[in-house]
Amino acid sequence: MAFDKMELRDIEVWDGNFAAAQAMRQCQIDVVSAYPITPSTPIVEGYAKFLADNYVEGEFVMVESEHAAMSGCIGAAAAGGRVATATSSQGFALMVETLYQASGMRLPIVLNVVNRALAAPLNVNGDHSDMYLGRDCGWIQLDAYCPQDAYDLNFIAFKVAEDHDVRLPCMVHQDGFMTSHTAQGVHTLDDDTAYSFVGDFKPMNDMLDFEHPVTHGVQTEEDWHFEHKARQHNDLMTKVMPKIQAAFDEFEKLSGRKYNIVEKYDMDDADVCVVCMGTSVETAREVASEMREKGVKAGVVGLRVIRPFPFFEIQEALKDVKAIAALDRSSPNGAPGMLFNEIAGALFNTDTKALLSGYIYGLGGRDLTKRHLTDLYTELQANADAGKVLTPLQQFIGVRGPKLQFL
Amino acid sequence: MSEMKKIKNLKEFSTSADRFEGANLLCPGCAHSIIVREVLNATNDDLVLSASTGCLEVCTAVYPYTSWDASWIHIGFENGSTAVAGAEAMYNALKRKGRLKQPDRNPKFVSFAGDGASYDIGFQWISGCMERGHNMMHVVLDNEVYANTGGQRSSSTPIGSSTTTAPAGRVSYGEKKNKKDMVSIMASHGIPYAAQVAPNKWKDMVKKIQHGMAVEGPVFINAVSPCTTEWKFDPKDTMLLTDLATDSLVFPLYEIIDGHELNITYRPKSVIPVEEYLAAQGRFKHLFKDEYKHLIKEWQERVDANWEYLNRREEARV
Repeated sequence: MAFDKMELRDIEVWDGNFAAAQAMRQCQIDVVSAYPITPSTPIVEGYAKFLADNYVEGEFVMVESEHAAMSGCIGAAAAGGRVATATSSQGFALMVETLYQASGMRLPIVLNVVNRALAAPLNVNGDHSDMYLGRDCGWIQLDAYCPQDAYDLNFIAFKVAEDHDVRLPCMVHQDGFMTSHTAQGVHTLDDDTAYSFVGDFKPMNDMLDFEHPVTHGVQTEEDWHFEHKARQHNDLMTKVMPKIQAAFDEFEKLSGRKYNIVEKYDMDDADVCVVCMGTSVETAREVASEMREKGVKAGVVGLRVIRPFPFFEIQEALKDVKAIAALDRSSPNGAPGMLFNEIAGALFNTDTKALLSGYIYGLGGRDLTKRHLTDLYTELQANADAGKVLTPLQQFIGVRGPKLQFL
Repeated sequence: MSEMKKIKNLKEFSTSADRFEGANLLCPGCAHSIIVREVLNATNDDLVLSASTGCLEVCTAVYPYTSWDASWIHIGFENGSTAVAGAEAMYNALKRKGRLKQPDRNPKFVSFAGDGASYDIGFQWISGCMERGHNMMHVVLDNEVYANTGGQRSSSTPIGSSTTTAPAGRVSYGEKKNKKDMVSIMASHGIPYAAQVAPNKWKDMVKKIQHGMAVEGPVFINAVSPCTTEWKFDPKDTMLLTDLATDSLVFPLYEIIDGHELNITYRPKSVIPVEEYLAAQGRFKHLFKDEYKHLIKEWQERVDANWEYLNRREEARV
């Protein structure tokens, strides 16, 4: 290869954006088609700089909108090469039309989504509104809790998305600013090791094979559309999880770092637990440990894979607890939170007697403090002791003004 | 640069390649298929094609069939041009890395779109592609209406045309706005080549398509595509309508090189009055009522003025 190798230390101090950019460089993306948006911009800026410094070989197409960014990625992926980009919030919302098109055409694109609130009111800070908006787009969605995860999960994303049995695009989520702009020590892989994990891109039905012309993105009416969408859904539900697990296992052998589809913390004998995503998982783990010292059997369940939804893994993780809090960092606007609904759906036909409450927190970058979680665990323990939910099913954490609670 | 295809006569031209099958679902008399065949047959090069949502797309790639014997992609209404731009970027990346499966091939990248998908909803994407200098060609199948959705006005719809969203009625003569001058707008991006073509003038078309495929950078082609359904004429008269469009100078044929150098490429031996062009189509029928007769006069004046403008630009060489 004609590009230069980059010398990395075993541990580099990187923020989440730069960690993702480094992983993209090491995977040697062929085409990045991108449009800047806070807080994800530094990812594609990083790629552009790597290109300028000859640390990567490829094409950077700086398009005129996020919709065009994903459109360019789709064309590039259909042409047969490794493709990635990044976005957040409004840009993600503008992309949504094309996200369905990418997954419907089974194109293995990797999209780093640095999670941020959706306007109005305009807000550049982190919450999961965009992540939830993307949950029905037919993409695989992985969730990073810290810069290290953002680095590692990018390799997993390419590995799974480009697998010929999967051929579905994949998002890697990280929390806006809280992960994307917070520098931490990141254990690195050297360039050769990292690249050998994802391997060379193996094209399938590529438009640049002129001996075998292909037609991408056909029209289907009621005679075929259902079959195509059902097959896509089927593959997400049955093929993807084993591939992710296999990629996690292989990555562990390579790096020593263990990832799980559902990350359980102190769940072996837990009575009460919170289920959450992103940076709040780490805060919850710390508070759970403190609660253990106070005699509360507290645990944490973090989702590593949002789509496909880890139905059985969630059932297994939550089978013995007495009270559960589902934490949603997005306003459901007229319904219980998404995570609340999905946890409830997963547990409904099981033998569990667990009590489930939903909490909305951290919108627009509002902090979730240890104090909030201490209060929450105390409330869960009270529910568990009483054998019934003593407070409203849906509450808001840390919102000013009169207390908002429903159901 | 691969050698340009040599074409002797129309018979040979029309049968010289078959990358777009005759079996498709387009209306009888639709000019789209004629234009597409002319574009594809102008070259022997490998092609990577896209089509934006529109008549061409929904009539040529209905699963499990395809009319295309060349790689083809459809994403959405607005972004066919960017899909081709992405494919072109991938071609460049793989070429540099030495990873092309067939490195000796020299593909051309072409996106087809209607006037709705070019003048309106796809405008931003095309402008972006032109500005960034992708080595691609965008071909507009300009039938001056949203035909695929059943005849709504577009910004290419000419004044006085009756459409479903700008219908002629007791107090309205239909579309009130003049047609957007897309070729000038695109040429203003400073692209190496922009041109108007018509399927009846096939030699002129071949010359322009071959010129466009030979230059490095983005090319914009605007092709008049009479629509039997929305222009309301007999399907057998497609070429007659195209003749009327070019010979009345309603749709003048010219090219703009490097964003400024304008050449008129077809001068009718005898110019037909615009009235004849309008009279041949149902969409302008109401203009022949007494109260709207002045519009026909205005039409002629506008076409004359535009022809004068084109001639002056050609003469001035600026």
